[in-house]
Amino acid sequence: MSTFRNIIQAITGTDEQPPRTCKKCGTEIPYSDYIANHCICPECGTYFRMRAVERLDATVDPGSFQEIDKKLRSKDPIKFPDYSQKLDKAEKASGLNEGVVCGTAQISGMDCGIFVMDSAFMMGSMGTVVGEKITRIIEKSTELHLPVIGFITSGGARMQEGIFSLMQMAKVSGAVKRHSEAGLLYIAVLTDPTTGGITASFAMQGDIIIAEPKALIGFAGQRVIEQTTGEKLPAGFQRAEFQLEHGFVDLIEERPRMTYTLAKLLKLHQAK
Amino acid sequence: MAETKTAYERVQAARNGKRPMGSYYIEHMIDDFVELHGDRRFGDDAAIVAGIGTLNRIPVTVIAMERGDTIEERMKRNFGCPEPEGYRKALRLMKEAEKFRRPIICFIGSSGAYCGIEAEERGQGLAIAENLYEMMGMKTPIISVVVGEGGSGGALALGVCDTAIMLENAVYSVISPEGCASILWKDSAKAPEAAEHLRLTSYDLLQFDVIEKLIPESGKTDREICSELKTVLLEEIQKLSALSPEALLEHRYAKFRKIGA
Ligand SMILES: [Zn+2]
Repeated sequence: MSTFRNIIQAITGTDEQPPRTCKKCGTEIPYSDYIANHCICPECGTYFRMRAVERLDATVDPGSFQEIDKKLRSKDPIKFPDYSQKLDKAEKASGLNEGVVCGTAQISGMDCGIFVMDSAFMMGSMGTVVGEKITRIIEKSTELHLPVIGFITSGGARMQEGIFSLMQMAKVSGAVKRHSEAGLLYIAVLTDPTTGGITASFAMQGDIIIAEPKALIGFAGQRVIEQTTGEKLPAGFQRAEFQLEHGFVDLIEERPRMTYTLAKLLKLHQAK
Repeated sequence: MAETKTAYERVQAARNGKRPMGSYYIEHMIDDFVELHGDRRFGDDAAIVAGIGTLNRIPVTVIAMERGDTIEERMKRNFGCPEPEGYRKALRLMKEAEKFRRPIICFIGSSGAYCGIEAEERGQGLAIAENLYEMMGMKTPIISVVVGEGGSGGALALGVCDTAIMLENAVYSVISPEGCASILWKDSAKAPEAAEHLRLTSYDLLQFDVIEKLIPESGKTDREICSELKTVLLEEIQKLSALSPEALLEHRYAKFRKIGA
């Protein structure tokens, strides 16, 4: 029994997790089976969007995760209408203060900095807090001489934070640059969906970029492209397989093998 | 300096078809300009004009967004919306500038990076991401001037700088007011309201400490604005050129690091 199971319980306020229902085939999956099957539908193979705690649970060594900046909360920098209520709602719905969970952990005994975005909090969109938290864990990893693993999912910039949100792209990029110049490894794992300003910044700045099968990965939104060009989008457009074919991701890894692959890559970068 | 126009009036002014864009400033400010083309990967994007010239006898590299004046030119320049090749050309020439310790001036004015199938196939996201990353480590002064509409990530790809300047009626935003209104209120006609809330004017950004300088426009001709901008650019170049590369990069990192901290 891992520590994260307790956090999941804390989020929902119950000991019992309700079963998950597959959006594609309608199969109802008991929560224990759902976790055992890496949040993949056992019937049709559809990947569910993992919560940050579920991802950490599946990825890091039990008990090794030390969270930082858990309490950081948006100050609503441009006082955008209804945003403060939206934040409250997102907090209640997700059990998180923001759309990313950051800390240090071990994977197969190897230390790393890790950030995991969570689409349950306003689609994992990046405002000042998401940008600040990711910057801090990268800076901390530089200081501690640790590799960074980032699990990414995001609808892009958070428009309710205006220009402050846009500038986070530059801020995080600066931290990634310094981490890289210290000779340290950054692996970006792109999960469904990774779009907009996130694709145009740290999602595409990994030394190694891994994608989950069929994940939507792109800069421009599909509807915007259709409206701009009047063209019909080709099948599989902006999916992980499309990005692999066009040379923008290093590999596609299936979820059950992800931790193994990350551990292997970490180890290969440790070897002298 | 008091706010005299609504935010949306400034958006409209920034988008005005007669408003000077990058080429105008090159023509009226830069001497001996030599335009350089292509990303040496795929092609040459006419939405970005780039090259080397002098500003009061100081050699500078200029990277400028340009939408064109005539309809033919606008078609050729893709209405000022850069494709990945534009950003890659910009980066290639910024690196050339870095090699020769030459200051870089970027002129920003575009509704955004082009949203198209081919642009995605050639890595629009990666192209912007690489510029942000590399510009953070570019060992030569970078000054970015928003002269028109600063549209989101496509603008920021030329906006990682040591000094950010905006013309009074330029705007700079994470999303267009129309896009914001249609997502939030399913009604793009509410763009004026969205513009107000997004805080995208030069006065807003100066107040937020996101830009360092604002060039007033009201009551001035384009030539007068251009000349005032030139004076500010010369001052900034002089100031930034006095810094060691290490101090320059430290200063640039700190400038962005403090935003939203
Ligand atoms: Zn299913």
